[in-house]
Amino acid sequence: MRLLREAAVIAGKDLRIEARSRVTTNQVLPFGGLVIVLFAMALDADRPTLTRVAPGLFWVTILLAASLAAARSAAVEIENGAADGLRMSSLDGASIFLGKAAAVAVQLVGLELVLGVAVVALYDVEVRSSPVMIVGALCATVGLAAAGTLFAALASGLRARETVLPLLLLPVLAPVLLGGTRAWEAGFEGTPSDGWPWVQLLALFGLVYGSLGVLAYGSLLEES
Amino acid sequence: MLAGVDLDVVEGEIVLLSGPNGAGKTSLLRLLSGLLALTSGEANVLGHDLAVDRRSVRTQLALLGHDTFCYDDLSVVDNLRFAARAVGRSKHAAVEAADRAVERVGLARQAHLEHRRLSAGQKRRLSLGTALVRDARLLLLDEPHAGLDPEGRDVLDALVRDAASDGRTVVFSSHELDRARGLAGREVRIVAGEAHGGRFPTAAAASPTTSTSGSGSVSSAADEPVAGVSAARAGVDTEMAPGDAHEVSP
Repeated sequence: MRLLREAAVIAGKDLRIEARSRVTTNQVLPFGGLVIVLFAMALDADRPTLTRVAPGLFWVTILLAASLAAARSAAVEIENGAADGLRMSSLDGASIFLGKAAAVAVQLVGLELVLGVAVVALYDVEVRSSPVMIVGALCATVGLAAAGTLFAALASGLRARETVLPLLLLPVLAPVLLGGTRAWEAGFEGTPSDGWPWVQLLALFGLVYGSLGVLAYGSLLEES
Repeated sequence: MLAGVDLDVVEGEIVLLSGPNGAGKTSLLRLLSGLLALTSGEANVLGHDLAVDRRSVRTQLALLGHDTFCYDDLSVVDNLRFAARAVGRSKHAAVEAADRAVERVGLARQAHLEHRRLSAGQKRRLSLGTALVRDARLLLLDEPHAGLDPEGRDVLDALVRDAASDGRTVVFSSHELDRARGLAGREVRIVAGEAHGGRFPTAAAASPTTSTSGSGSVSSAADEPVAGVSAARAGVDTEMAPGDAHEVSP
């Protein structure tokens, strides 16, 4: 209970920072929208191909956006020595991890909603089985937020953290790209049974990185 | 960089750390706060052995460092509320503590201004406010007068005196020696990572509250030790000769 209460304090703080700075809504969301539109323009002449690769393009965009959101989440702790303030707090490392990952997840859900609508509108796809897509997206979001928060903390002690984080994070997120793409393909094609095994992969990924974050984040905070 | 500090601090005492830039004042304060790890020796602060457990001591003290530990996009009150909640205060208690601190440090008019929009002096006051909401037994203040206007310095001095009269212990560093000496009960000069005059005069007859020796120690004369360090080394270059310490930024 204490773990969740402390995590809520951290998540509330990070979401309040986002509400004031509007980095996700004013920078990350337009970036994602631009990527979706650019893909649509590049493949517009080959509409069947665009429709076929729509799930993959969507999840590539979400992965890039997740990298930006995780980097921002870590960056606010570097400004003004705020990480030292966290070290001086009574908050447990696991609580801090869960709170920061939860805040990133909330922002990603918002991005997925807006960009998902954009994909359906621009890429000529039809949602035939929404449950597998929704559950798949939620599991993918947990994994993205957990791995993103963990690797952003890992990179935050490095001088070139802005460029190192995507290099570290994006290969690790390959299972999310694969699982999310397959789950959404199944949703668009109306064959949900093909998608559920991939949702299980996404859930496992989220569980593994969520557990790693809970166990390791305190130590990473001490060393950063 | 600490290369041989012996220091006792009695509970309720106000101790000034003076010395040239790079002498080790900031390192000593960060060591006592539990943020800087001992590389050798012993340290006890507020009853916690820093060689074994640095986390526990951190929640019981407040450190005013060179950074504000605040978030640029949060307002003054939001930063104060978060600082209070981060040490376990309830939501209601955090709101009350933040409101009191805002008045105490003279930032009532800027209460809803984001940290990024504050002047350097106002940021310093906010930083002091975050230390206040922690309700700590030990206050560690690293050059607290720096960046404050005359009114802010008076506020700071009053807060330090109030804290000491409440039985809290204050250890602070300063380069404004005239003002600082008027505030402190005792001055400890840190030179090249070593402390001069660090032992409390009656420490031999009293139980230390906080003590350090070797590379940094603090002790006080309460019934139970609050903190202490013995033969401790801390800093990046542990093999550096004491005479070289002043050339390294802490």
